[in-house]
Amino acid sequence: MEKPADSNTEQGASLGRDAWRRLKRNRLAMAGLVVLVVVSGTVVVGPWMVSHSYETQDTALGATAPNWNNWLGTDPLGRDLFSRMLYGGRVSLLVGLAATAVSLLIGVLYGATSGYLGGRADAVMMRLVDILYALPFTVFVIILMVFFGRNFLFLFLAIGAVEWLTMARIVRGQVLTLRHREFVEAAVVMGLPVWRILLFHIIPNTLGPVIIYATLTVPSVMLLEAFLSFLGLGVQPPMSSWGLLIKEGVDVMEEYPWLLLFPSVAFSMTLFALNALGDGLRDALDPRTSRD
Amino acid sequence: MIGFVLRRTLEAIPVLLVVFTVAFFLVRLAPGGPFDSEKRASPQVLQQLESQYRLNEPLYSQYLDYLGGVLHGDFGPSFRKPGRTVSEWIALRFPVSLELGTYALLVALAVGMGAGLLAALRPNSALDHGTMSVAMLGICLPGFVLGPLLVLVFALWLGWLPVMGWSTPMHKILPSITLGAAYAAYIARLARGGMLEVLAQDFIRTARAKGLSETRIVLRHALRGGVQPVVAFLGPAAAGLFTGSFVVETIFQVPGLGREFVESAFNRDYTMVIGSVLVYAVLVVALNLVADIALALLDPRVRAQ
Amino acid sequence: MRFTVIGALAAVVIFAATGCSWRDTGALPGAVLRVGNGAEPQELDPHQVTGQPEHRILGALFEGLADIDLTTMEPVPATAESWEISPDGRVYTFHIRQNARWSNGDPVTAHDFAYAWQRVLSPKLGSEYAYLLHCIRGARDYNDGKTADFRTVGVRVPDDRTLELTLDNPTPYLLAMQTHQAWFPVHRATIEKFGAMDERGTLWTRPGNHVGNGAFMLAEWQPNDVLRVRRNPNYWNTAKVRLDGIEFYPIDNQQTEERSFRAGNLDLTSTVPMHKTAIYRKEHPDLMKICPDLGVYFYRINATRPPFTDARVRRALVLALNRDEIANNVMKAGETPAVSLVPPNTGGYTSRAAVKYDPETARALLAEAGFPGGRDMKPVEILYNSSDAHRIIAETVQRMWRDNLGIDVRLINQDWKVYLSAVNTLDYDVARGGWIADVADPVNFLECFQTDTGNNRTGWSSPEYDSLIRASYAEPDNAKRLELLQQAEAILLDSAPIIPIYIYTWKFLQSSDVHGLILNPLDLLRWTDMWIERGKGGAR
Repeated sequence: MEKPADSNTEQGASLGRDAWRRLKRNRLAMAGLVVLVVVSGTVVVGPWMVSHSYETQDTALGATAPNWNNWLGTDPLGRDLFSRMLYGGRVSLLVGLAATAVSLLIGVLYGATSGYLGGRADAVMMRLVDILYALPFTVFVIILMVFFGRNFLFLFLAIGAVEWLTMARIVRGQVLTLRHREFVEAAVVMGLPVWRILLFHIIPNTLGPVIIYATLTVPSVMLLEAFLSFLGLGVQPPMSSWGLLIKEGVDVMEEYPWLLLFPSVAFSMTLFALNALGDGLRDALDPRTSRD
Repeated sequence: MIGFVLRRTLEAIPVLLVVFTVAFFLVRLAPGGPFDSEKRASPQVLQQLESQYRLNEPLYSQYLDYLGGVLHGDFGPSFRKPGRTVSEWIALRFPVSLELGTYALLVALAVGMGAGLLAALRPNSALDHGTMSVAMLGICLPGFVLGPLLVLVFALWLGWLPVMGWSTPMHKILPSITLGAAYAAYIARLARGGMLEVLAQDFIRTARAKGLSETRIVLRHALRGGVQPVVAFLGPAAAGLFTGSFVVETIFQVPGLGREFVESAFNRDYTMVIGSVLVYAVLVVALNLVADIALALLDPRVRAQ
Repeated sequence: MRFTVIGALAAVVIFAATGCSWRDTGALPGAVLRVGNGAEPQELDPHQVTGQPEHRILGALFEGLADIDLTTMEPVPATAESWEISPDGRVYTFHIRQNARWSNGDPVTAHDFAYAWQRVLSPKLGSEYAYLLHCIRGARDYNDGKTADFRTVGVRVPDDRTLELTLDNPTPYLLAMQTHQAWFPVHRATIEKFGAMDERGTLWTRPGNHVGNGAFMLAEWQPNDVLRVRRNPNYWNTAKVRLDGIEFYPIDNQQTEERSFRAGNLDLTSTVPMHKTAIYRKEHPDLMKICPDLGVYFYRINATRPPFTDARVRRALVLALNRDEIANNVMKAGETPAVSLVPPNTGGYTSRAAVKYDPETARALLAEAGFPGGRDMKPVEILYNSSDAHRIIAETVQRMWRDNLGIDVRLINQDWKVYLSAVNTLDYDVARGGWIADVADPVNFLECFQTDTGNNRTGWSSPEYDSLIRASYAEPDNAKRLELLQQAEAILLDSAPIIPIYIYTWKFLQSSDVHGLILNPLDLLRWTDMWIERGKGGAR
């Protein structure tokens, strides 16, 4: 049922192939994958294809509804919304995926270690998490900006610093229940090193909640980016991001509804796709579901 | 169990001390002081103000002084709004956030758990996809979008509910829904995932083989394990809910602590920042403890240690 | 065990939900004006606050010696029924009304004013607006703590109803300044009941304790919720007051305030969200009020940082900026382009010198300074504090400078206090700034840019400018004084440490129920003039 204690790379590969086979059968997940590929492709290639620049203004024109020339309309400075969304999408996708990956990596390793070690080490590690939760994030961001400048990399650092905490708690909770399962105890008895047990036996079994929480982290990271950019850390105007476009769109949703609608649709569509793919992946990677 | 709670309570002391210390030096490191403004006061006046609030003394002695005060429950006056002490401000505003957070949590739990269980019972059915799509919408529509949208529809177009404020029960509906929605969506997805995980395990199959009804299996056997990720998520999430959301409190002008916290950070109202941080820290510690106890109760294997 | 925990949790939840009772709304009876007031007041002590929201409330709770007629902008009697000014303009003698009363019934006397001024000038109170009283002889020394004897300050009280004020220089705007809270009287017995004269943050401003001499008195103060004032029956002119009360709502979110107005919950708002102005102009022009303000939005240029040490570079930046486009196409709410620092017709003064939009000359100047076509010029950074309105202007300026001068421009936004600290320490290239007059007089704007004053913040310094401003202080003849200021402003605009961009407007929404509000460039809301006629379908 659970993964056998002596799993090796050979079986790992076949597990991967199995998973891919199962994933391919999941139509919703595949649709999600296709949408993601299309969206990523569009924001990567798109900016070279469109005739408008994201920063060309026409203040005499101002905000206009979608029309033949500006497919998705223009913002109050007369800038083409479609171009701004293409460029903004690059920022949002990059930040969303990269920062989530960072938080995933730290959170999973930290949580699994803490849960596995237990006892005093666990107590110290989790109290550290409590401390980080409680610190004033806004002030932290301001300080980061002042002392280290406005490097784009610090955006990831700031986001990573908060987003891994809940991930760590979730993984730790899972590991606590896994630790005393037979296959883990078997691995311990066999004298496998701790890192092997963690990496090959425990963490793979926490993947379900981890994948789901990771797909939930992506939108919150993208929105956090908008907040940080507003504070000055992150993208600098006239460059924008989906989160920022949505934030600006809200204030004018009655006057210029397209400025809220289109960025929100792009944002939601991407996240829907991501979640469909995430659910599919979870199912596909779970060896148990396949036999039902 | 009592020993566990006692130990964790003792552990909270160094946690709070570290939070206090780091927060103190963080806000002090941030550029700008509480008395900077567009129209700059004369150097003499600034000096006076600083010496009144002892901001001109060496940082370490301010730290020790303030720590001493806090240990005696004295957080000092607010710099920005000198008419009330930090303790008074917290006493005024924390209950409001606590109340809003409680409603939001109830909304989130009721909607989130309901949707999550429903979806998990019929995985990959239309019901599952429908429920989860709504949950996703809750995540994709952040509070700063959902709040104004709800106001537009229910307050301005339909005229059923007030636009803003916090005085009557009617005023509390929209803020609670706005704040609860995102958490409901998180809970729904985590609950569905957790339940699916558990429902695939041996003991559930055994139960099914024994011919137990599906409802009974889910409620009596699967739920315990299935809500684990939700519980782990809820600890810190509830702390966030109870101390207030800046976004929701601003949109609806709810006089809660969340707004005060962010504003005081921007205003460099040092004492106010530290006071709010400590309230939040106490809640984080306490609720994470509650979450850990709940986790232990839910899983006999964890409890056994 | 499990159930005890769950039960305990449930108990906590139920307690939290029911334990906090619905607060009493305590609405006032009668004709009550509901005002969106922008932010929670820091305090209700006229000597400890600086903001506009506080000013609005204090204008209801207190009254100064003189007021301003909002149509003619001339001083008119208020708590003082008359005054005499000595021929040299340096001695003012005020006569307090016989029937002036505090809200608790005590008479308002000349001693109350003298006490208030001693209080605002006392160093320990740290009043940020104490400098407005520095025109009084000896006041600055007392405020700076150089003497502890208030008798050295030029305030004398010959009898209960007479107040004599001796100034260092003739100060033609002294009477107009009396509408500012720094000059308001306070009730000595009340202040001292709750603390020392110069103690900050005492309890005297709480409802029940607060005593004022204005047309209204404090009824209720729910922080961050509502502040209510009701008619003060002891006010000397209470027969003229037509409002029974005012409710101030501290709504700091412009969008929420506008929605609340639309739902009929407010009679006046503090502002109109930027993009809503076009809609109101089209659909409800009668509800939106716009009036030019005595305030200017400008950019500072750091004159100590190369290449901006070169006046030609600074002038090029000024000339390459199209302020008509910003005012008309970007702001779009009736703002007028600012061609000088001092807004036109400030205390009878309109700058003769004016900046203009001339990209060709700008390019020539830049080339002359060694940067033909912007070549070799390092990127110019525009610093502004995080706000969508500042961002949108900075984005426009960025494009203008790039197109007109060929220079690379970057935008930097910082949180408010970081921005202030960068501007104060001259750690910027170009930074946004704003100034709203405390007093309707050009010197209030121009004195900021003297060498090394706290509000200069550009590092720019001109001895000639400084001496002109100083000469203007001592000039007894007002026409000559304004002429000196004209010369000073011409120097400032020519040397260009600042770029005027647009004149602020006072814009707000007013329901059709509200009457008697007079628009004025000082944003003064004269509560005693206003009245309400309800019943024509609410605020819409």
